[in-house]
Amino acid sequence: MEIKLPANPITRRWLGLSPALITIFIFMVLPIALLGVYSFKPADSYGGVEAGFSLDAWIQLFFDRDLDDTLIFDSIYLQIIWRSVMLAAIGTTLSFLVGFPVAWYIVQQPPERRDILLLLVTIPFWTNLLIRAYSWILILGKNGMIEQPLLAMGLIDDSLEMMYGNMAIGVGLVYSYIPLMILPIYASLEKIDFGLVEAAHDLYADRWAVIQRIVMPLCLPGIIAGCILVFVLSLGDFISPSILGGGKKMMLSNLIQFQFSSARNWPFGGALTMLLLMLVAFGSYFYIKASRKSAYLEK
Amino acid sequence: MFTNVKKKAGIIAAAALFSSATFAAEELNLYNWVDYTPDDLIAQFETETGIKVNLDTYDSNETLLAKLKSGATGYDIVVPSQNFVTIMISEGMLEKANIKGMSNYKNVDKRWQSPPWDPTQEYTIPYQMGTTSFSINMDGYDGPANSLKEFFEPNDSVSGKIQVFRTPDEVIPLALMYLGHEQCNENPKDMKEVQALLLKQKPHVKVYNSETMVANLASGEIMVSSQWDGYSMKTRLRDGVTQLKYVHPKEGIIGWFDSLVIPKGAPNKANAEKFMNFMMDAKNGASISNFNRYASPLDATAIAAFIDPELGKAPEINIDSSVPVHFSETCSGKSIKLYDRVWTKVLL
Amino acid sequence: MASNIGRSSSNTNKGRIPWLKWWACIFFVYLYGPIAVLIAFSFNDNRIAQVWTEFSTKWYVKAFSNEAIQNAIINSLIVAAVATVCATLFATMAALILSKGMFKGQTLCLGIISLPLLVPEIATAVATLSFFAAINFPLGLTSIIVAHIVFCIPFAFMPIRARLAGMDETLQEAGRDLYANDIKVLWHIVLPQLKPGIFAGGILAFIISIDDFIISLMVAGAGATTLPLYIYGMIRLGVSPEINAVSTVLFLVSLTLVATYWFISKKNEGSNYVH
Repeated sequence: MEIKLPANPITRRWLGLSPALITIFIFMVLPIALLGVYSFKPADSYGGVEAGFSLDAWIQLFFDRDLDDTLIFDSIYLQIIWRSVMLAAIGTTLSFLVGFPVAWYIVQQPPERRDILLLLVTIPFWTNLLIRAYSWILILGKNGMIEQPLLAMGLIDDSLEMMYGNMAIGVGLVYSYIPLMILPIYASLEKIDFGLVEAAHDLYADRWAVIQRIVMPLCLPGIIAGCILVFVLSLGDFISPSILGGGKKMMLSNLIQFQFSSARNWPFGGALTMLLLMLVAFGSYFYIKASRKSAYLEK
Repeated sequence: MFTNVKKKAGIIAAAALFSSATFAAEELNLYNWVDYTPDDLIAQFETETGIKVNLDTYDSNETLLAKLKSGATGYDIVVPSQNFVTIMISEGMLEKANIKGMSNYKNVDKRWQSPPWDPTQEYTIPYQMGTTSFSINMDGYDGPANSLKEFFEPNDSVSGKIQVFRTPDEVIPLALMYLGHEQCNENPKDMKEVQALLLKQKPHVKVYNSETMVANLASGEIMVSSQWDGYSMKTRLRDGVTQLKYVHPKEGIIGWFDSLVIPKGAPNKANAEKFMNFMMDAKNGASISNFNRYASPLDATAIAAFIDPELGKAPEINIDSSVPVHFSETCSGKSIKLYDRVWTKVLL
Repeated sequence: MASNIGRSSSNTNKGRIPWLKWWACIFFVYLYGPIAVLIAFSFNDNRIAQVWTEFSTKWYVKAFSNEAIQNAIINSLIVAAVATVCATLFATMAALILSKGMFKGQTLCLGIISLPLLVPEIATAVATLSFFAAINFPLGLTSIIVAHIVFCIPFAFMPIRARLAGMDETLQEAGRDLYANDIKVLWHIVLPQLKPGIFAGGILAFIISIDDFIISLMVAGAGATTLPLYIYGMIRLGVSPEINAVSTVLFLVSLTLVATYWFISKKNEGSNYVH
């Protein structure tokens, strides 16, 4: 074999790193920067942007140019953002309430069974999101798996109207991202010395006190990590609102997609994307802080 | 285990090779509305010409325009409505073709030759024509089913069971008609009324979507839906919603005309022209209408032998002369912007 | 995914709460119920997807004799195969460098590589779309492949890096002592040891690519309908057993790959995979 690696470690370093870095830089960092620039341009009515500079997209976020062009304060887009944040927060809370006991249960199993259970938790996460949302149509929809037996037994006599609405979106969000809640919580619970818990029991602490005083503080980093992961992904979710929400309740991601498809307002879409990225960056910052803290605790 | 992975990789590589072989064959990339292309006709075109047709679908003229504007250049044939044909021509987005010289051009109804949106007939061939209004599942419905009021200000029996198209181009003209304002409106005062009407309608609406209405009507999830005449008829006959009535509102109905056009930079222009000629054949033109249930823009006597006689008698297509038909036109940039803003507000 | 977690069986039997078992049972029903319903009704003879009549495999026959679905599958496989190979190659190279000692800018490099994990898919999708439009990059299969390579890199990177971190360096030192040059050490010593990590990374990249929807939706062009895009098109027309059949197959593909990944990574003792 005659090929030689470059002798200079610096050359070698950049040669090895450049394919990955350059690909991500050109096709991700640059495009996002470009979108940021676009948010300061005037919109072309048929899609794309025109030359020049305009603050319209950003003004539109907080103020509304009324149809006759007077500028009035308007919170409608803020409301969408608020709705997205609220739905993501509710989804996160539900995921936590459902997921925490499950993580707790898994920790208590013998090692081999733990592995299998963790695998079972993980599998749905790696299957197609669309398919998972679609399967909920079969469950929640008219004559779906929930309504059919209830109708047959005469417990209800009309549709429960579960599809198309905030509830369906919430179910979809929890279902999509709950594995990301369970895994970090599991990882932190796993490190807890349950001898401590036993000791506390011996000291006649009741169960709630044990959870509150010992378990919670120890697994807090895992909980925070899980919550932030679920929150960030829910915030950017596109599929649940568009398939289960019926297009009536937009979330931030639908609003963004809408600007780049039928509404053809790229600058405004760009401004919304920047806003979403800021929210995510904010979340990630806390995530990193939380994981640093957990790393510190491990020492 | 790794041998398994290797095997899998081998299969994938083989699939990739196989498909690159098929890339070499003659192709036609067709981009059409959902559920608007008869499969058997495409199969027939493929066997007759040896050209492989790839079909992608969209849900509205706006989506089509957005996709082409964002640089999707691979399509050979797309199917815009007349008001979007005008935009595409003025934006320089279409290829010219020798349409008058095509052997089947003679089959086109004289009334639709060199139409206003393509006066020199250099860009378009006619595909289908129809109307936009709404349908009501009359099963248990209490009302005359003759006014846009029943769509925009529905009565309690169907409240919460309404589906509305997701695109301003199809909904706002009906709203303007209902309010008695002129089309392609640039007057902010009128558009404010439209916005108020649509926002008032929203609590009664279950879904904003231009594609799922057939399934939702069939399952009973919705009772009233935005519709086109032929699609409503198809839902009634094919999907078993037997009590479905396509309403011809006394305030008026929107007319449209879809054409086949070749977008700029089409990679298989010659195949696209073959396809255009194929679609103007009398028998093929009739099959398009038999499948879609819209009126054919081909000459009635030429297609008489092939067209389903039911089609001519269908209540959806035969509009009483008292109902004004408004043919949607291309609006100014100013009014398009107003429409988009009203619509974005409504959909929030 | 967390496979490495230390196995202190001392935790067993401690802190046990009786209702947890039932809670976990209900949870797994919730997790797999919808998928089970989906699979069950793909074998239903009835055209109306939610009313059971009798067992039938006709929807599979119908779906897989559908030329459009075949094309979509081929498109998905081409995209996933090319994206996986490129992303895994790039990720391996980057991981080999980044695992060796500290250098200035290392954190920044790591940050850039994991960026696609942090940015919401919709943001990536619209940013990529505007960028392609700005540089006149034609939308089609190639544009999808490029976009997929980008977000596959960090998924391929994680297991490879984890494997490298847990690797025994004595062999490499022995190799160098025997005067093998660097490329020989890399080829004969490092890469064979790294193989499970590379396979695991490749599988993750493949799964992510074959399941991707929103980015493909925005950057797809003529004739570039991938399987998830096709399924989306079908879902838009309403519930049908044909969707169930195609979805079941896609689910089984993901399942096989995840399981393979799981078993490979279980062999990676002492390495840490989150996700």
